Amino acid sequence: MVEPSESYPLLRWIPLLPLLGAVVHGVMLGLLGRQMPRSFTIGISCGALVLAFLLSCVAFVSLLGQPAGARVLTDELYTWIGAGRFSAEAALLFDPLSAVMCLVVTGVGSLIHIYSIGYMDDDHREDKGFQRFFCYLNLFIFSMLVLVLGDNLVLMFLGWEGVGLCSYLLIGFWYSDRWNAYCGTKAFVVNRIGDFGFLVGIFLTFWSLSGVEGLQAGVSYEALRAGMGHLSTQMVTVPGWLPGPTEWHLTTLIGLCFFVGAAGKSAQIPLYVWLPDAMAGPTPVSALIHAATMVTAGVYMVARLGFLYAAAPGASALVAWTGALTALFAATIAIAQTDIKKVLAYSTVSQLGYMFLAAGCMSYSAAMFHVVTHAFFKALLFLGAGAVILAMHHEQDTDKMGGLRRFIPWTHWTFLMGVIAIAGFPPFSGFFSKDEVLLSAWLAHDVPGHYALYAIGLVTAGLTAFYMFRLYFRTFWGECRAPAEVRSHIHEPARTVIAPLVVLAVLSVLGGFMGPSEAFVPIKDANSFAHFLENVTPSVHHDVTHGTERILALVAVGVALAGLGLAWLLYVSRPGLAPRIADSLGGLRAAVQNKYWIDEAYDAAIVRPLVRLSDAVLYRGVDAGAIDGAGVNGIGYLVRSVAGDALKYMQTGLAQNYLLLMLLGSIGIVGLLVR
Amino acid sequence: MGVSNLLSWVTFLPGLAAVALLALHAVARGSGGGGLPDAAWRAAGLGATLLAFLGSLLLWAGFDAGAPGFQFVEYAPWLPSFGVHYFVGIDGISLLLVLLTTFLMPLVLLTSGRDIKRSVPSWVFFMLLLETGMLGAFVSLNLFQFYVFWEVMLIPMYFIIGVWGGQRRVYAAIKFFLYTMLGSLLMLVAILALYYLNSQQFGSFTFDLVAVPGAAARGLLDTQVPVSGAPWWQTQAWLFAAFFLAFGIKVPMVPFHTWLPDAHVEAPTAGSVILAGVLLKMGTYGFVRFSLPLFPEATVQFAPLVFGLALIGILYGALVAMVQKDVKKLVAYSSVAHLGFVMLGMFALNAEGLEGSILQMVNHGLSTGALFLLVGMLYERRHTRQIADFGGIAKPMPVFAAIFGIVTMSSIGLPMLNGFVGEFLILVGAFEAAPIVAVFATLGVILAAVYMLWMYRRVMFGPLDNPENRGLIDLDALEKGVLVAVLIPIFWIGVYPSTFLRVLHPSVKELAARFERAEPAEEPAQATAWLPPLEVGAEGPGGPRP
Repeated sequence: MVEPSESYPLLRWIPLLPLLGAVVHGVMLGLLGRQMPRSFTIGISCGALVLAFLLSCVAFVSLLGQPAGARVLTDELYTWIGAGRFSAEAALLFDPLSAVMCLVVTGVGSLIHIYSIGYMDDDHREDKGFQRFFCYLNLFIFSMLVLVLGDNLVLMFLGWEGVGLCSYLLIGFWYSDRWNAYCGTKAFVVNRIGDFGFLVGIFLTFWSLSGVEGLQAGVSYEALRAGMGHLSTQMVTVPGWLPGPTEWHLTTLIGLCFFVGAAGKSAQIPLYVWLPDAMAGPTPVSALIHAATMVTAGVYMVARLGFLYAAAPGASALVAWTGALTALFAATIAIAQTDIKKVLAYSTVSQLGYMFLAAGCMSYSAAMFHVVTHAFFKALLFLGAGAVILAMHHEQDTDKMGGLRRFIPWTHWTFLMGVIAIAGFPPFSGFFSKDEVLLSAWLAHDVPGHYALYAIGLVTAGLTAFYMFRLYFRTFWGECRAPAEVRSHIHEPARTVIAPLVVLAVLSVLGGFMGPSEAFVPIKDANSFAHFLENVTPSVHHDVTHGTERILALVAVGVALAGLGLAWLLYVSRPGLAPRIADSLGGLRAAVQNKYWIDEAYDAAIVRPLVRLSDAVLYRGVDAGAIDGAGVNGIGYLVRSVAGDALKYMQTGLAQNYLLLMLLGSIGIVGLLVR
Repeated sequence: MGVSNLLSWVTFLPGLAAVALLALHAVARGSGGGGLPDAAWRAAGLGATLLAFLGSLLLWAGFDAGAPGFQFVEYAPWLPSFGVHYFVGIDGISLLLVLLTTFLMPLVLLTSGRDIKRSVPSWVFFMLLLETGMLGAFVSLNLFQFYVFWEVMLIPMYFIIGVWGGQRRVYAAIKFFLYTMLGSLLMLVAILALYYLNSQQFGSFTFDLVAVPGAAARGLLDTQVPVSGAPWWQTQAWLFAAFFLAFGIKVPMVPFHTWLPDAHVEAPTAGSVILAGVLLKMGTYGFVRFSLPLFPEATVQFAPLVFGLALIGILYGALVAMVQKDVKKLVAYSSVAHLGFVMLGMFALNAEGLEGSILQMVNHGLSTGALFLLVGMLYERRHTRQIADFGGIAKPMPVFAAIFGIVTMSSIGLPMLNGFVGEFLILVGAFEAAPIVAVFATLGVILAAVYMLWMYRRVMFGPLDNPENRGLIDLDALEKGVLVAVLIPIFWIGVYPSTFLRVLHPSVKELAARFERAEPAEEPAQATAWLPPLEVGAEGPGGPRP
């Protein structure tokens, strides 16, 4: 149990610095417009972020200085919203879980800021918006930090909405393109559907805790944790006309509501549809927001509320199954994509599914471990893809690439590190975290069908290796398929672009060693990551022998090798084979290439009927037809035909007439009634 | 001018200025000239509204947030034999609305310099008269006096729409007038019935809402309004219904809302801002000041109906807003949805919902007022409000797009901006009263994002393919200044709402307490009996909820 500790006022500056950066940018942009010097922009935005990272490190060291089991720093600012019994504090909490997220956000964020200097400089569009870009980026980091540092649900929601806003702004960053603007709006709206669940979850939490004797009504994690004993005994009856059962465990219901939010933000079935389209944004944004940080907010939420989910087996099972199915589903789509960013996008959806699989199996430290390693290798892959796109003069289609390893060796080697890491080969970081995820499914005896979950995870691991190496081979191997004039200009990007790639590559290779299982590293308590988190998230007991664990890992590596081998066969050794196989699949191929027509189905089933209902029935039918047509204008017509002449005087323009009339009328009535 | 008369000065300053200007105008015309020049009218009008704003800031500074009851009370006999007194005072609720009114007035007078070119003297005259009418209604503690102010503001608004409005202005003005008149007549009858009842119970005649400090007479709030048994027109239900019609039309609640889109679309920018910003609040203010405390049992009885209508308003307004082709009409329908939220929070009848509801009145005034200002600025440049005529406006007008974006987000209810705090508290309160209704109302949060962002995308983003939009020039200093002034409270309320919530605590606490009494403790779900409640039962050793 976490005890409140002394106040640590340094904490507030971690989110405030990026906020200040964004505000300064906003004000300067308003005053100076594009005249604002670039060096100033870079200094403020990157400076704010690097400082925030350093502060996070300082706070992290302070945290480590506290005794294990009572590691927490807090900083209370003021009461944000307080009315009646409700109160939401603006208070920050730095415990091991927040610390992990905070370091990833500021660390990877700093690297991506630096990368963006080079990337946005090379921007080919006329409205470069260099300053605007860094303003949004700083605002994003602020929101994300509030999300992970807030000590209550409402503050998390603030960050949650803030990152959604920045995602919206950055997806539609090149707004002159209709498609980009559409994608941004789509992302915001789909996220809002998730936010609906989040909000209802907050209301439900507060409602269930308020008025209970001996409990403090509130929305802080502390209050919720304290109320668990009460909540876990309660049943809720919902009206029978709502779908689903009428009797619910309160914790299950709360857990489901929050998971709707998590599914929206972290792009899980059925709300994943916005993330692939989010690739319309600049590539650093895809790396930072739509791979490394924001989309993992849902996983963070489930881990943060782990104590709640641990008491809600139904909700946890749903989380695990949604995660597993999303992982598999997105991986199958990724196989058939040719756009380099689209492949990575579906891969992100799939990897997020892995994280939820672990979280649903109540292995929160495994989920968080995968969040961290994924942040490294997926940021690396996206930034590498960005470097490729720069080198290819804004070409994203791998059909027009090939053989690039000769032209851009730095990009090639770092990208390869990322591919090996995500495919899960030892000793790269992805191996250790994916192993933990699969192991947690294998061991989750409380989750119905956990061996099936394990099998799905395993198949997905094979698919992941296949599509990632397919992408890699198609991009970097074989003959270059680019037109000659593009080929002659392929060049390695600027140094500010390469440097972050190298740092991330090192992290992707070695990052796994922050929490390897003892089965692989013969040191006592080798899994320092899990131990660090164990006081915040309920820990699982690995009652498994090292032998079993090694066998499971071997199987997973074997499956990944099979994926790699197949990719080698189809795209390097016998390139003629792939189209033939694809042709023979016919309908299945079309379904996968068209992403199973899910977007079209949503459009036909929800969007268009709703618009038609609103327009034809509500607006034209009820508003203009029934109320105005029959009611108001009907009466109006009657009045006019009876008293048409009298009404003419209404336009004489003599205010005093009305005043007089009205006063006389009123006084007349008073006189009559009072006598 | 002593501080003791501050409230009266704030209230009457604009009206007095209007009359004085009229007199000077007449004198100037009489001495052979063409009356006062337009510029003098504008400057004097602006000066008067600014002074009123300054005065209301003094009110705010002198207001004791910790004290219950009314402050800055002034009392004078007017028609004492009828119980009609001049009786004004403010509590936190009216303070916020007075501040909102005096804050918006100078801003709209400033911007109206651009689009109001004809009959400037009458324009300024009506605007000043309108301000006194609105302020008077917010500070009145005598129902007769309230009624007079209520009617007084109707007339300038009628002319503002009817004279300076768009093409269908006469239709819109008459529709507005008839709708509102219908409601106010019934309210007058109800006020008189209440007055009569009070005199029967206490043997003295008064229209005062509360007992005058230091006098023996009892206020209308002390009247025991029978729930049943009395003649039907003296029972709570009927009196509540009469007030409900008057206030409900003004709010407006579905299905009495169709005057609003017409009035908004036809009114000049300044008219729309004041209409949305302040006039709609008359309805919601009327509920919270009069209906709720005067008829608590009927309020509880009617709460399910109001909840239902509010929910319909939230969803219906949003859905209809979604399919509008005219920006102004879209904003008008969004008002229907937003005021649905205000009503929802109010009839949750608990402190969270009430405070959220009152704060949301202010929020809506700021956000929607700003939206109308922005739409007006666009209209002045392009003389069209059709969404289809725009596209890519962010490129020639980046500052405009940025401010429009912030205001859009405030209207959607993004945290850190004002709209979130109000909406959130409303939903927290509503969830306590009727969870299922609150869940459906929360759907409005999704829909708000749909229609606002749809509009924003169509107007601001995309290629700049309409040649007429190429030459658009960005905001000038005056426009920027006015909009930044509105952004200040938008951010303030979003980041540190306690400044504003603080003054509400005592009044709301007292009001909410009435309903804790009105609702028997054994049957807490009475207000929402027909609404399917969520029931919490015990399982295992936890025991039932106390």
